[in-house]
Amino acid sequence: MNRKKIVEFAGFFLLRVCLYIVFAVLLLFLYDIGSKGAGSISWEFLTKAPRRGMTEGGIFPAIMGTFLVTIVTALLAVPLGMFAAIYLNEYAKQTRLTRVIRLSIRNLSGVPSIVYGLFGVILFVNILNCGTSILSAGLTLGLLTLPWTITASEEALKTIPNSYREGALALGATKWQSIRTNVLPYALPGMLTGTVLGLARAAGETAPIMFTGAAFYLPFLPKSLSDQFMALPYHLYVMATQHHNISLVRPLAYGTALVLIALVLGMNMVAVIIRYRLRRKRRE
Amino acid sequence: MRELKEKIEVRNLNFYYGENQALKNINIICQANLVTAIIGPSGCGKSTFIRTLNRMNDVILGVRIEGEVLLDSKNIYLPTVDEVEIRRRIGMVFQKPNPFPKSIFDNVAYGLRINGLKSKSKIEEIVEKSLINAALWDEVKDRLKENAFTLSGGQQQRLCIARSLAVEPEVILFDEPCSAIDPIATGKIEDLIQTLKINYTVVIVTHNMQQAARVSDFTAFMMLGELIEFDNTDKIFTYPSNKLTEDYITGRFG
Amino acid sequence: MNRMSFARLKESAIKAFFFTNGILAVLVLIGIFCLLLFTSVPAFREINIKEFLIDKNWNPTSPVKEEYGILSMIVSTFMVTLGALIIAVPLGIGVAAYLSDVAHWKVREIAKPIVEVLAGIPSVVIGFLGIVLFGPIIAGIFGVSHGLNAVNGSILLAIMALPTIISISEDSLNAVPRAYAEASLALGASRWQTLIRVRIPAALSGILASMMLGMGRAIGETMTVLMVTGNAPAFPKGFLSSIRTMTANIAIELGEVPYYTTHYYALFAIGLVLFIITFLVNLASDIILHKYQEREQ
Repeated sequence: MNRKKIVEFAGFFLLRVCLYIVFAVLLLFLYDIGSKGAGSISWEFLTKAPRRGMTEGGIFPAIMGTFLVTIVTALLAVPLGMFAAIYLNEYAKQTRLTRVIRLSIRNLSGVPSIVYGLFGVILFVNILNCGTSILSAGLTLGLLTLPWTITASEEALKTIPNSYREGALALGATKWQSIRTNVLPYALPGMLTGTVLGLARAAGETAPIMFTGAAFYLPFLPKSLSDQFMALPYHLYVMATQHHNISLVRPLAYGTALVLIALVLGMNMVAVIIRYRLRRKRRE
Repeated sequence: MRELKEKIEVRNLNFYYGENQALKNINIICQANLVTAIIGPSGCGKSTFIRTLNRMNDVILGVRIEGEVLLDSKNIYLPTVDEVEIRRRIGMVFQKPNPFPKSIFDNVAYGLRINGLKSKSKIEEIVEKSLINAALWDEVKDRLKENAFTLSGGQQQRLCIARSLAVEPEVILFDEPCSAIDPIATGKIEDLIQTLKINYTVVIVTHNMQQAARVSDFTAFMMLGELIEFDNTDKIFTYPSNKLTEDYITGRFG
Repeated sequence: MNRMSFARLKESAIKAFFFTNGILAVLVLIGIFCLLLFTSVPAFREINIKEFLIDKNWNPTSPVKEEYGILSMIVSTFMVTLGALIIAVPLGIGVAAYLSDVAHWKVREIAKPIVEVLAGIPSVVIGFLGIVLFGPIIAGIFGVSHGLNAVNGSILLAIMALPTIISISEDSLNAVPRAYAEASLALGASRWQTLIRVRIPAALSGILASMMLGMGRAIGETMTVLMVTGNAPAFPKGFLSSIRTMTANIAIELGEVPYYTTHYYALFAIGLVLFIITFLVNLASDIILHKYQEREQ
């Protein structure tokens, strides 16, 4: 009896240690980047371009580039994701084809990001002749984000009670009328928060944009969608491993990492807060 | 009693969920401007049956239907018939009050707007009339802009009735409308059904036999997907011709 | 009648529109496969497929004899993946079991978003931390000149796979019917015994699926391995040697290779191999996960 208790205590303690290890790793990550990156952050760092072979100056072009490419990503992935989710949740019947679609979506989210990069090189850069550009990179990231936005949008649609749909149909609404007036307005906030999470992940991706448009260094901001661009994640990669004087630019790399992580986690935080508020509102 | 006029006639109706047969060869006639009640133990197919009358089962996956449902002698399951139009002509009030998360006014106006009515004054007029006919106007006339969820359960159900009335249906189907609300609110809805039959044909599913006896003119007793007996309500509750009906209404099972 | 048929036509058109969007996922998946395949095919005009897969030497720019063997990369990829799973699986199951069976619900409410934060950190940031944080530590512990090797890659990939393993394992532990645990507890088993002997075995298929998904992620991950494993294109000698995975090799060489050369096509062939491997791994996890979900219903 006593032995049983001791084993249980030790066992549960071990499990708790597992959780603490994960917490510790995350804290270590955030602390290291926060403490060492904070010193590099200044107004100049956020608003100026790199200077002197990227040993001085700021990361403004990279921030802008990531911002622009994320907009292209959103323009592709958000509407397509929502439409696909509407099909799956509102129209699709339990057929073999529907199962194949769902299987494809789950599988797409497991395709390696570098493979998306290769696909982008062939399809957007070469076949569609968009060159290495914001457009090509954004579309590539858009396809990568698509399975996430579909899943997130469908989750949001699932939270809408069936009685809203049936109530509308019973009044003589067509299917689309019931969806447009009685489902989408209530699902939309949830769909958007879910897609913001997907976009945050896309904004932090490097491999898909390396060969579809991200540039090592550009003295100018991109003027159109067909220009190359600097991006935060790629800039961090460059500063961490490709620069000719890595140890000299380490503080700049830390600063870039801090900005990137703040951007991505900030987007996450916004989505999580909105989602939390929505849930509370719905419970009332 | 006035002369009878057939509004809905159900002929040899069979209904399947996948492999399961939920309704077996049902034949019922619902008379215009009268109340037809469907009673029976839970799981007997009452709700499935009433949902076949306005083609609400169409939206469920994997169902199959055989036989005919005639509305004014025209089969509503013919391929040329538009089920959307059928649902406009045959309103439905659900088991649980299901107001939309809109204002009280917008709930009632919803059906008008989706059916293409634009005129603001006309909409206001019909909303008021529908709420009056649903015996709710006096309680809500000063709070039409408030969210429908602020109403009590019984008021929500009357709001759903008003919502159905607004699109001017010919038939109103009630699917156990009182199962989720308290006795006083139930009494109000039963009174309301009595006044509604002046202008509408009413079909009501209920698990409450007293309710069927109180509100209906005809009663159908169903069990395990079969129609056991269908007759005058008075006859069903006083001299049922089938032993099963008698056992059920005297409370031996169910 | 005319107005009605127009309304119907409109409804069908709308449905068709959404269906087109729904089917898009299938088309993208097929599109990726087909384009990779077509771009890989020219590579095999000069390379023998068998040599491509079983030859250890990758030296496409040699002036003497070009070699296109990717075995070293495949082995390297599976090595870091294996290392990652050795770390992440016990840790992930431990956390999942703690959250589902031991932790107070408040702890769970806090822990879940924290794990999500970990999942949200971009891979390039994790790679950077591998260089600046884990690199020196590994070099110190094992007494090697630098810490850019397979161990470092495995640790980082483990960290990246953890959120997937934790959340799916926890879901499947929560899905185990309560009656199982009650039966075990009623027989006098402790909660620990119940967890180890009843609940974890009952949730095994879900846990297995989470491992497969984590594995798929690790195989396909590019930036972290590119940044911390040293990228030596030789056959790996051990976990402390510098290695180059399939993903890293594509990332390194695609930027410099002249277009439409055998070398260029060969890089897409590596991508195809990568796609097929991850596809199969993900499919396997999917089958496991859905088999058990169907059984639950």
